[in-house]
Amino acid sequence: MAEIILREAVSRGLREALDEDERVFIIGEDIGAFKGAYAVTSGFLDDYGPERIIDSPISESAIVGAAIGAALGGLRPIVEIMTINFMLLAMDQVVNHAAKLRYMSNGQMKVPLVIRTVTGGGGQLGATHSQSLEVWFATVPGLKVIAPSDPYDALGLLRTAIADDDPVIFAEHALLYRARSEVPDERYTIPLGQAKVKREGTDVTLVAYSRMVHVALEAAAILAERGMDAEVVDLRTLRPLDTDTVAQSARKTGRAVVVEEFWRTGGMGAEVASAIQEKAFDYLDGPVGRVGGVEVPAPYNGTLEAAALPTAGRVVETVENLYGI
Amino acid sequence: MNLDNGQVTELYERMLLIRRFEEQSGRLYMEGKIKGFLHLYIGEEAIAVGVISALRDDDYIITHYRDHGHALARGMPPNVVMAELMGKATGSSGGKGGSMHLFDVRRGFMGGHAIVGGQLPIAVGLALSAKYKGEDKVVVCFFGDGAVNQGEFHESLNMASLWDLPVLFLLENNLYGMGTHVDRTHAGGRDIYMSADAYKIPAAQIDGMNVVEVRETTQQALERIRSGKGPVFIEAMTYRFVGHSVQDPQAYRDSSEIEQWRAKDPLDAFRETCIAEALLSEEETAQIDETVRETVAEATRFAEESQEPSLESLYDNVYDRTRQV
Repeated sequence: MAEIILREAVSRGLREALDEDERVFIIGEDIGAFKGAYAVTSGFLDDYGPERIIDSPISESAIVGAAIGAALGGLRPIVEIMTINFMLLAMDQVVNHAAKLRYMSNGQMKVPLVIRTVTGGGGQLGATHSQSLEVWFATVPGLKVIAPSDPYDALGLLRTAIADDDPVIFAEHALLYRARSEVPDERYTIPLGQAKVKREGTDVTLVAYSRMVHVALEAAAILAERGMDAEVVDLRTLRPLDTDTVAQSARKTGRAVVVEEFWRTGGMGAEVASAIQEKAFDYLDGPVGRVGGVEVPAPYNGTLEAAALPTAGRVVETVENLYGI
Repeated sequence: MNLDNGQVTELYERMLLIRRFEEQSGRLYMEGKIKGFLHLYIGEEAIAVGVISALRDDDYIITHYRDHGHALARGMPPNVVMAELMGKATGSSGGKGGSMHLFDVRRGFMGGHAIVGGQLPIAVGLALSAKYKGEDKVVVCFFGDGAVNQGEFHESLNMASLWDLPVLFLLENNLYGMGTHVDRTHAGGRDIYMSADAYKIPAAQIDGMNVVEVRETTQQALERIRSGKGPVFIEAMTYRFVGHSVQDPQAYRDSSEIEQWRAKDPLDAFRETCIAEALLSEEETAQIDETVRETVAEATRFAEESQEPSLESLYDNVYDRTRQV
């Protein structure tokens, strides 16, 4: 058992897959000679060679399409799309092709494909480079979506994603690459569709995923000082979505607030809040709260950007306003 | 003509099968037995048959939504194709794909893809898998003149050429993307094959109404591609004798233009040449006609008598495990 950062966890998962299975290769922009925009594949080109670490042209649609084709041809491609904002250029291949070929061919085809991409704001990169669009993909039957919050989950879930026979979107938050956690040396995996209670509590449930788990934990610490014991549930995967664990927690605490970085409109929080009221209505002491990104394109200025993103303070305020504490 | 009686019989029979099958599909659509969109391949038969007759059984084919001709040319059973058009359980996708989404993976027929240009990157990926595994398979990618203005066209040509991938890009230029003439959509005019030059891909423009020319050009291209020299581009000039889809009144073109092209009917031209060169007799063509009519009648009977898919099948094949997520 050793403490590692999330970048190392993802990197370790990728190396294992390359070592264990000749059919695995990685394709993406600047993953080889440049060593990866976020340095996840640093050293890979030297160790695995250009046939398996493929530096591609800046052609997101063709990158994903080629990976789909390679998967249909019996390989197990892993794609790196530099940021989730660029996934919009590959939307047709992801949504119209990867997600649908198994169904439209009635099981003749399968697309074992992992698309790793970088999500989230907070880096002052402006409106086109700061979005949290993983929720869009989570609305599509045929896709699976993972958004881990720490190295342990990232490695366990990445192993499962690579072994999966369906297309998986794996969204790594740009500000979490240096997040730390204990990771066992021995191999473990985490099934998709299992949320995790990151902090146990009795008074209110905070539901989050990716970086917002850390915001929720921070809020829980503040609430604890004010005499309120918050439970924090990390969704970990957005599709499949584990509403049972969330509802169980809400039944226990009687209160729930969902925190996400995406805009509130049409966000994951709406889906989760709906599931809570369906599954735990009689146990609730009040309405399910939501904290999300402010409904503006991400501004460049640091002060403005911080004001647009959910913070522990906003979570605490929401809890207090809703439940009158 | 460098063909024997057996070969010309096969070419003629396949083209006639497509023609009669499509005529029957159109009738069944008017009777309300085929729903949705139906795009007929009438007039373009020489391309599918000429190209596919030159392939090996282990080569891949991927195409657009006007896909019945390619499917039948590859040897997909007419019964199964017709049943899919009628949405029956015995169809190639159990009624989940429909006319635009035919698949027969066992025959290397990788679909029917209904987003214009979407199949091109997937073709590149199939070729990547072949090269990665050291196989000498070729991927034939059919697309229309409408697809060449999509970004995916350029991304795919670039990637295939950059990495010397075994793709035969087969442009079926029927002069219309839906109802808009190529002169109004492509700045390069009708000589689209010249676009390939920008990517250093050898290209040729041929008469797509002449099955022998199509076949021989394809054979030459395949030889080059299999030798590892990268992709080849063929532009086959053709014309659809019918509307874009069955419901198209064709207000955008003169009937005189249609008549001019009908005078170049690929079946008539081939039959007359074969008879003139004593490769086929009148009796043999009459016999082929009879056989094909029976085949199409049997396909219709089979499809009509087949069961509707069960409601339970709705959830099958979204993921590798039924009803997951």
